[in-house]
Amino acid sequence: MKQLHNIVAPLVLFCLMMVACLPVLAQEQAGEVPSQTQDAITPQEEEEHTVDVKEIVFGHIGDSYEWHITTWGKTHITIPLPIIVYSGNTGWHVFLSSRLEENGGTYEGLSIAPEGSKYEGKLVEYNAAGEQVRPWDISITKVTFALLFNSVLLLVIVLSVAHWYRKRPQGAKAPGGFVGFMEMFIMMVNDDIIKSCVGPNYRKFAPYLLTAFFFIFINNMMGLIPFFPGGANVTGNIAVTMVLAICTFLAVNIFGTKHYWKDIFWPDVPWWLKVPVPMMPFIEFFGIFTKPFALMIRLFANMLAGHMAMLVLTCLIFISASMGPALNGTLTVASVLFNIFMNALELLVAFIQAYVFTMLSAVFIGLAQEGAKVKAADK
Amino acid sequence: MSLLLPDSGLLFWMFLSFGIVFVILAKYGFPVIIKMVEGRKTYIDQSLEVAREANAQLSKLKEEGEALVAAANKEQGRILREAMEERDKIVHEARKQAEIAAQKELDAVKQQIQIEKDEAIRDIRRQVAVLSVDIAEKVLRKNLADKEAQMGMIDRMLDEILTPNKN
Repeated sequence: MKQLHNIVAPLVLFCLMMVACLPVLAQEQAGEVPSQTQDAITPQEEEEHTVDVKEIVFGHIGDSYEWHITTWGKTHITIPLPIIVYSGNTGWHVFLSSRLEENGGTYEGLSIAPEGSKYEGKLVEYNAAGEQVRPWDISITKVTFALLFNSVLLLVIVLSVAHWYRKRPQGAKAPGGFVGFMEMFIMMVNDDIIKSCVGPNYRKFAPYLLTAFFFIFINNMMGLIPFFPGGANVTGNIAVTMVLAICTFLAVNIFGTKHYWKDIFWPDVPWWLKVPVPMMPFIEFFGIFTKPFALMIRLFANMLAGHMAMLVLTCLIFISASMGPALNGTLTVASVLFNIFMNALELLVAFIQAYVFTMLSAVFIGLAQEGAKVKAADK
Repeated sequence: MSLLLPDSGLLFWMFLSFGIVFVILAKYGFPVIIKMVEGRKTYIDQSLEVAREANAQLSKLKEEGEALVAAANKEQGRILREAMEERDKIVHEARKQAEIAAQKELDAVKQQIQIEKDEAIRDIRRQVAVLSVDIAEKVLRKNLADKEAQMGMIDRMLDEILTPNKN
């Protein structure tokens, strides 16, 4: 009797699986039918149905004058952002980006340059000769808005933590909860990165390096949140990383010691490497600029690549939509799994890139501080 | 390619926002926190040092206390011993004195008794004398009832007096 039960159970299971698979098979067959008749659809229509991955990806990682949230059917749900423009001909223009759309793409003589233009996607005006002229543009774009939002967020977080300390006497009990976490985080950056990389003179540079770390970190983290206040590709924008790199460049070179400059123009190498042809000094001098440049590119490329990879993985679902349910289903599962993996990885990268930027900045500053006298008050 | 060209507007905003964030945090943010944490660190170090010192002092005090207790114990033993010796001495002396006193009293009593005995003996002698005189008188009176007896008596008496060397 028991043996019979053992034989029947797998059979029943197998039948159940077959039944469960039937709809999929049926769908697959049904899916094949339209594909055969698709030839009848004009190429124009087909283009509308297919997903423009390039536009989605570059639309996201690039900048724009409004914050596009989603498209529901045919209506675009966007948050309009202020456009601030100074034109040499017509003076200041300040208006919301929704005005452009309301007025058929042109408002106060300004319009977004079409595809193929030199200023593609940017606001331009046309001069008397009909040429595109780019005005001074300090609009609050999507990235700018996210940047300002994250800056305010960072200020609120750090100042609220600092407030906790300000209202307590010296030698008060250690904080717990969020303040305790922030204290641990700040002291980790301060002790592990700044103190160990900059050297004895670290106190002067700690505020800059801490600000840089938390600025990058909060922007990286906010970039990982997929909806409104987050999701903008701030640290994956070269203008942002450029400013950070320039700040490090200034911190290194303004506070560089005599020893540092001597090492650049008269390094400790055999004399023939520097006397007739100043080869080593040239390389060293070039290094002054390549170091911050590498910082800029590293952060920019890492964050850009992360955003891009996640977007492409998500787009896989929509690309495969026309390839039939079986493939689409498998790719959807794969895409979601890969996206979970990528998100976890990006969480790590968000921290690591902030860490690396701060650490390398600290190392560069530390190298430029060689031979510096430590002020008695800073000890 | 536009990705690699920094946008001037964004550069401007980035300079502005990062500059402001840096100035504010460098003035009111991080130094406050770091100063506090380092202050707490030195406070903890100091407290540990103080605690160590206090501990050392405490153990020293304990040692001192123990030494004090030991000394006190010794002293107590000495005092007790002395007290015992003293007591013994006092008791001894007291006993001696008591013995002397008792002896004196005993002597006095003995003397008294002797005196009283002597007195009593004298009294008894006197009594015996009186009694014997009385008896003698009675005997005499009975014996000397007649003249002859009286005369014989006188004779005998005279004889006795006259011949004392015969006795």
